Amino acid sequence: MTSAKTIAVAMSGGVDSSTVAAMLRAEGHEVVGLTMQLWNQRRLAGHEGMPESVQGRCCSLDDVYDARRVAETIGIPYYVVNHEERFERDVVRPFVEQYLSGRTPIPCSLCNNHLKFDQLLIVAQQIGADALATGHYARVEFDQAIGRWLLQRPADRSKDQTYFLFGLTQGQLSRTLFPLGGMMKPEVRELARQHGLALAQKPDSQEICFVPGGDYKKFLDAYLAEQGEALPDTAGELVTTDGAVVGEHGGIHNFTVGQRKGLGLTTGSPLYVIQIKGDTRQVVVGQQEELYTRTLLTHRINLIAVADLLEPMRVTVKIRHRHEGASALLEKSADDEILVTFDEPQRAVTPGQAAVFYDHDVVVGGGWIA
Amino acid sequence: MRRVYLDNNATTPVLPEVLTAMQPYFGEHFGNASSIHHHGQETRAAVERARESLASLVGCRASEIVFTSGGTEGDNLAIFGLVNFGLSNPGQHVITSAIEHHAVLNSCKHLEALGCEVTYVPVDGRGQVDPDDVRRALRPNTRLITIMMANNETGVLQPVEEIGKVAADADAYFHTDAVQAAGKVVIDVRRIGCDLLSISGHKMHAPQGVGALYVRKGTGLRPMLHGGSHERSRRAGTENVPGIVALGKAAELARKAFARGDLDRISGLRDRLEQTILGEVEATGVNGQSAPRVPNTTSVRFDGSDGEALVIALDLKGLAVSTGAACSSGAIEPSHVLTAMGLRPEQARGSLRFSLGKQSTSEDVEFALSLVPQTVARLRELSPVYNKTAVSHKLLAES
Repeated sequence: MTSAKTIAVAMSGGVDSSTVAAMLRAEGHEVVGLTMQLWNQRRLAGHEGMPESVQGRCCSLDDVYDARRVAETIGIPYYVVNHEERFERDVVRPFVEQYLSGRTPIPCSLCNNHLKFDQLLIVAQQIGADALATGHYARVEFDQAIGRWLLQRPADRSKDQTYFLFGLTQGQLSRTLFPLGGMMKPEVRELARQHGLALAQKPDSQEICFVPGGDYKKFLDAYLAEQGEALPDTAGELVTTDGAVVGEHGGIHNFTVGQRKGLGLTTGSPLYVIQIKGDTRQVVVGQQEELYTRTLLTHRINLIAVADLLEPMRVTVKIRHRHEGASALLEKSADDEILVTFDEPQRAVTPGQAAVFYDHDVVVGGGWIA
Repeated sequence: MRRVYLDNNATTPVLPEVLTAMQPYFGEHFGNASSIHHHGQETRAAVERARESLASLVGCRASEIVFTSGGTEGDNLAIFGLVNFGLSNPGQHVITSAIEHHAVLNSCKHLEALGCEVTYVPVDGRGQVDPDDVRRALRPNTRLITIMMANNETGVLQPVEEIGKVAADADAYFHTDAVQAAGKVVIDVRRIGCDLLSISGHKMHAPQGVGALYVRKGTGLRPMLHGGSHERSRRAGTENVPGIVALGKAAELARKAFARGDLDRISGLRDRLEQTILGEVEATGVNGQSAPRVPNTTSVRFDGSDGEALVIALDLKGLAVSTGAACSSGAIEPSHVLTAMGLRPEQARGSLRFSLGKQSTSEDVEFALSLVPQTVARLRELSPVYNKTAVSHKLLAES
């Protein structure tokens, strides 16, 4: 970044994106702050046990206020853009439907694919910005040798967000900047302090932004009530891996693979959710060791470091954000479908989550676990 | 950077003469207008002169003017001061329109929550209420009709004189929100036949935080603010003397501007802006173009472009315009006014409002015209929804 550019910064009101805006401004770029208004927490207020004033993190006025104050402090124009309709269609609805069909969704990836690096990137281009910068911990660079944009893990491994970014296309990556990719979080906080940002010590956000308190079951109830829809009856049987019925459950959306608590069963050895069968509404339970599988199938593939998977490839695969990654072989099993075979069986492969493929620091690509 | 302001329906700059007129009332003449001593007498006289000026602007007696903090307070005072609500008065009925400002719309929503019934009459494709719809909405218990004089987004004038007749025939009160009309068209409350009419200072080159409500003599209005006997016990609270003096001066300047024909200059600039955009940019239209409108406003529809991005892109180049209504975070919500006129949501989202003021010049308009066509073109080029082929087919079909 030697020459000054016009750069839009996706500002959430948090430390990371605020620091990005301050850094880019200090480097002499024309910086425009943008915040997406995605969800109105007041919608669910008073529904199904939600309090009259719902305190979720998503698009709270406090966060917009913080972002606006940062923009004012560093002297950049700042705008809030409304993408509530798209967010509901592309993130909230699928989130609800996935849970109701027995899967465990990752809304952050959907938001990145459909909102941040799609809608917001378009707005950034439309208002004359050359690129969109975000506060994600990841790195993007162009590899001259292969002529492709690469997504790579950041310096601060504990903050690595590449798992949520596997869906970015070459076009999106070419217009995206992750200025924090080479920094450690404490350095970012220190930089925020040096730039006089009042929020330098603001705590990191952890939970799903639109789910207040992280209680997704309450959210499902409240959202469906607000929509005037009944929570579908997904109650059914608890069965063992042999098919023996050992009990009943109140709805498949209450379960996730690997879960131990809340099964309502008293047995000698602890039981875990092994599988959720959306079609028969059965929740399969079993022993800890039955949670381990050697293969998984991914679909809706996005490849970043390679144009296509022409022959089997050895990679490290992460099957959830906090998974450390495991060695595996990738094989194309059908069009837009990849078979992952691990060297060692992996615990709790969860449909609805993503499998992201890494070659050391480089994100090869990823897909959704079928 | 050169900055041009074409968002005068949001707020207007205080005119220099207005600022000069109000300045002595911060320091030199600081008295409380209710005080009996010299200082109070000075400011009392200033307040009453301003009241006379407002009365001249709308064609009423000075005693029929109540000073308020602005348009929202005037609308709330009119509505909640007249309509009986609560358990002891169930079921009074109010008629309003689908295109009112939120100050009226949300007041009516609150009335509904308090047990009143509200009818929201629609508008036609030009953005006008049909007085016959108002007549048909009447019920024996209709207490109040509240319909705006000019719409803030389109500038379309409503048939308030006809609605005034409907109200008179039905013996219902008639309030009109004239916030976007004051200073732009001649207002005569007797001809309109309204009982109440709200005005906001900052929409007519006075400062923010002052307004006026015309209340026809004999109208039993309950105050909302309780306290002293200010404003003939219709609005308690020490008067905002500098603001009131400023509003009086702005009203005087507005009357002079009508007499001099200044509004013709503004409508000429507006028409040049509108016609040039329509001529130079494909797939555009003016919302409410064929309806009578205030002279300073044009709402232009740029099909296949996102108004929100347009406002930002233009602001970054120095042109201030607006679209829709901003919510508490500052994000833009789809316009209830434009969708009520029958625009599809994407058309409403692709609409921009240009509103001129007394300070606007032909150079301002040329500056806008140097930016708008190229910015719209850039947006459309990058738009996933704008399909050039589809638009040109549509244009062929329409021509």
